[in-house]
Amino acid sequence: MMQHLTAAQNIFIGREPRMWGGTVLDEKTMNTETKKLFDQIKIDLDPRVRVMDLVVAKQQMIEIVKALSHNSQLLIMDEPTAALNDKEIEELFRIIRQLKATGVAIVYISHRMDEIKKISDRVTVMRDGTYIDTVRAADVELETIINMMVGRKLDEMVRPDAKIASDEILLEVKNLNRGRAIKNVNFQVRKGEILGFAGLMGAGRTEVARAVFGADPFETGEIFVNGKKVSIKQPQDAVSHGIGYLSEDRKRFGLAVGMDVQTNVVLASLSRFCNWAGMIKSKDIGKTGEQFVDSLSIKTPSLSQTVKFLSGGNQQKVIIAKWLVRDSEVLIFDEPTRGIDVGAKFEIYKLLNRLVEDGKTIILISSELPEVVRLCHRVLVMCEGRMTGELSGSEITQENIMRLATTRETIST
Amino acid sequence: MSQTPNPLAIKKPVTYGANATQKLLAFASLVSMLVIFSLSSPNFLQTENIIAIMLSTAVAGVLGIGVTFVIITSGIDLSIGTVMTFCAIMAGVVITYMGLPVWLGVLAALAFGAFVGFLNGTLIAKLKIPPFIATLGMMLVAKGLSLVISGTKPIYFNDTEVYNLISMGSIFDLSAFVPNLAIPNAVLIFFGVALISGFILNKTALGRYTFALGSNEEAVRLSGVNVDRWKIGIYTLAGAIVGVAGILISSRLNSAQPALGQGYELDAIAAAVIGGVSLAGGEGTILGTVIGAFIMSVLINGLRILSVPQEWQITVTGLIVIFAVYADILRRRK
Repeated sequence: MMQHLTAAQNIFIGREPRMWGGTVLDEKTMNTETKKLFDQIKIDLDPRVRVMDLVVAKQQMIEIVKALSHNSQLLIMDEPTAALNDKEIEELFRIIRQLKATGVAIVYISHRMDEIKKISDRVTVMRDGTYIDTVRAADVELETIINMMVGRKLDEMVRPDAKIASDEILLEVKNLNRGRAIKNVNFQVRKGEILGFAGLMGAGRTEVARAVFGADPFETGEIFVNGKKVSIKQPQDAVSHGIGYLSEDRKRFGLAVGMDVQTNVVLASLSRFCNWAGMIKSKDIGKTGEQFVDSLSIKTPSLSQTVKFLSGGNQQKVIIAKWLVRDSEVLIFDEPTRGIDVGAKFEIYKLLNRLVEDGKTIILISSELPEVVRLCHRVLVMCEGRMTGELSGSEITQENIMRLATTRETIST
Repeated sequence: MSQTPNPLAIKKPVTYGANATQKLLAFASLVSMLVIFSLSSPNFLQTENIIAIMLSTAVAGVLGIGVTFVIITSGIDLSIGTVMTFCAIMAGVVITYMGLPVWLGVLAALAFGAFVGFLNGTLIAKLKIPPFIATLGMMLVAKGLSLVISGTKPIYFNDTEVYNLISMGSIFDLSAFVPNLAIPNAVLIFFGVALISGFILNKTALGRYTFALGSNEEAVRLSGVNVDRWKIGIYTLAGAIVGVAGILISSRLNSAQPALGQGYELDAIAAAVIGGVSLAGGEGTILGTVIGAFIMSVLINGLRILSVPQEWQITVTGLIVIFAVYADILRRRK
């Protein structure tokens, strides 16, 4: 959507009606045509209103109208209700039913179980990029769909003997709020544990992590480190309290990709490698770099290799090294194995286990359920910005996580 | 035991943004220009002319070095030309109007340069105004203030002869051995600024963060680094270097000319770009900028000696800038 253009201009972009031999755009025809389309599916909107002045729900309707104006026979909607409230969803469903009545086919992609039951005739389940099955929505229970999504009845995955974490609470977050993204989130992190953050895409896990790290502001909420209330407004505050964050987007948020391995390793603690005059002690940097390249087995031809030429797994290790050099106590891993091949994944798993054995504390955000089940001492599950449950020990199963991950606040009927 | 080479051995200290090809290309262009002009005119390769070239490179070169820091952070500073004039005017105010010692005037020029740089940095880091806009505004503010303070008239340094010697004197006078070989102080100061800046850029935390900010500012912020503070520091340093240029130009002209200055920023940016400083940030060297500044002034000087009209000199300079950036793009594509 081009936010600065009007509804009609958006709908007719690239094929605007013209007049005067094609030299001048015919806004009037465009607006009346748009009005006709709006009337067709009974939505009440002025074609001349700028898109940026509309709420998301209305913008979405304009996109639907745009698709219709191409005489589409098939509409694919990808999570169309993600940003809508219940009333708006009802309106969307009304339009969908109306379109269906006129013979338009709709592929409706959603992770909201209740919606799928409500709006669809048939349901196709996919998992890890493969087709699983297609069933009639009326004949199937939600439980069955969840089982199909998870796959095996998962008792097969055995967790390695995890040392029981201490009861000492290292980090506590109370009443964290930010708009629709984070709704009253509370949790505690115990020293020496791997705490999982599970949930579907967009559940608010990354938002919580970034808020706690000071990367994004939050509206209300308190953060306690070692029982003391701390003020975290910027990443530098979190870092000074021993918190490190490893983003899911390594290249954008984790690495100075054009710079070399050793510089990235000391990036969070450069002042420690400077003398009184601000001069860099490159020998010390080399030594530290070498030490971490060895201990984390980072595969690189040399310390002066530019990090953009390293593999994803090794880039991840460089970022881990960065936080270890900074002596971070709590490491927040956001999707640490995304885009990393299987072999490297297991290395990262081993590394995570080794870090907690060495006394570090880890928050693991992951969308890969087997990973969460395998590694975590406790798991917090989020759905649509809220904490929907906490699992520990044998309760940590893919089924339980998936159930909590799809528990919506109010189920509209 | 078999001897395998340790793959982790540190072979040499790393130089950042060592875009050797571009520097080599720039250096080769400079050398070939020198050869061509020398062959074309007997007047070119004369001691006086070479010294004239160096003298005319000094001001744009120092400005180029200042803006190199800013460009490596992926910023830009359009205010350097008129801020240079503003610094010169402030030196004039202190020395000529107030009759204070010359060293205080020099200090005032440096301090005002640093202060304007600090303001630029604050506008950009704290108020999040895009560098292009913030420094465009500052360019006009500095120009206006220079005219206001000087009453639109030049300020002369006629009562203080020593001020003129800052640029035009020569503590490195070899004319006793080689006729006319007296390298002006302005050139020595230019080289001095280059050496110190190269040191800061490669050996200090400020320099390292200059590259890191240009490489990935968000990653630096998420590493817990106080990005705003370093950015303001970088602009402040660039401003102080602009102050040096202000002293050089006013000392050379023995006056602070309030109408002068605009246009110098573009020559300085061009010098940096020809020398391989990437406008996208993260890459660049002081040596490259120095070579870039020499390419510009050798070109102008050579064309003048060949009696090419000034209009054409300007046109050719523009073409060289475009060519230099295109060469850089070609190199990247590989």
